[in-house]
Amino acid sequence: MTKTVNNKAWFLVLPVFLIVAFSAVLPLMTVVNYSVQDTFGNNQFFWNGVGWFQELLDPTTDLGGRFFDSLWRTLLFSAIILMIEVPLGILVALSMPREGWTVALSLVLMALPLLIPWNVVGTIWQVFARGDIGLLGWVVNHLGIDYNYTGDPLDAWITIVVMDVWHWTSLVALLCYAGLKSIPDAYYQAARIDGASRWAVFRTIQLPKMRRVLLIAVLLRFMDSFMIYTEPFVLTGGGPGNATTFLSIDLVKLALGQFDLGKAAAMSLVYNLIILAICWVFYTIMTNVDAQKERVEA
Amino acid sequence: MFDLAWMAWTWQTGLFFAGIASLLIVMTLLAIYSPETERVGILRIPTTRGDRLFISLLGSAFIHLAWLGLVGLDLWWASGLSLLYAALVFRTV
Repeated sequence: MTKTVNNKAWFLVLPVFLIVAFSAVLPLMTVVNYSVQDTFGNNQFFWNGVGWFQELLDPTTDLGGRFFDSLWRTLLFSAIILMIEVPLGILVALSMPREGWTVALSLVLMALPLLIPWNVVGTIWQVFARGDIGLLGWVVNHLGIDYNYTGDPLDAWITIVVMDVWHWTSLVALLCYAGLKSIPDAYYQAARIDGASRWAVFRTIQLPKMRRVLLIAVLLRFMDSFMIYTEPFVLTGGGPGNATTFLSIDLVKLALGQFDLGKAAAMSLVYNLIILAICWVFYTIMTNVDAQKERVEA
Repeated sequence: MFDLAWMAWTWQTGLFFAGIASLLIVMTLLAIYSPETERVGILRIPTTRGDRLFISLLGSAFIHLAWLGLVGLDLWWASGLSLLYAALVFRTV
């Protein structure tokens, strides 16, 4: 059967295109315009060429220093939470029940943290981890461990990481669970006949079947953690000092706190380019895993 | 007419976006008048002309940034390098 390709169908996307143009393309163009100019307010702009970008990419300058510091902090944060949430999510998915009434119960329990708005999660943990009135902070302090997330950078990091793990591990777990559910029983029966160990079943049946959902989980968790703003902003406000100032928090400080539109625009463009590049890599890998599988199956 | 003063246009950025827009128009016309099929190049992924344009533009942005950060001013060299890179992408990827 031959399909006729009718490109006129593209006109149907025109309304969406117009909306996106107003909500995303025009603001992005404005950011590009800002990034090559300086302003002292009053909508007056002065040409600055690539000056902001030059300053941004030079770690010895004030702007460059804080940009690279925030960038490393954000990358470190993403790496830590991926290393915890992905294995933990797989483990949780493997231990979730497959049948019976407990399935619904565990699914609801797992979905609960995902339904809570970001700023509420931040507030919950802000109170929960306080040494004077928070359950967690009080207990940890009374165990003899000196813990204060508002004063100690390491404590602040641990709190933010634990908060993110609490908030998002269930997403990884639910995705993996969906992947596991799609494995037909025959695979497990064959493994039992072959006398495969639990580890062998995981390595050769479960993990390959979860590959696609795991890729999606890693992509989602990476993007979310790389752009994280609300939770650390509510919990620590980027402090103590600048210890938990991630890129997005720094960007808001620069753009709205100091109103340095030129610098902030340059920073957000570089930030945007990094995200675009990483997304493209993930997307390419993801679509090609499918394509390869189709080719093999064909 | 709309007041676009808030967008803080300069002729340089106008030129930049006009360049991107004309690239997109050329690609659209090419897609209409000379349709193509995907091919697999050195990256071992199937790419169309549009994919290769995207890889070229994204790479060029990073080439310019790297030049600015590591070498310094005089971005024309970076632009030349980007053109070379784009030609390479269109030939081999």
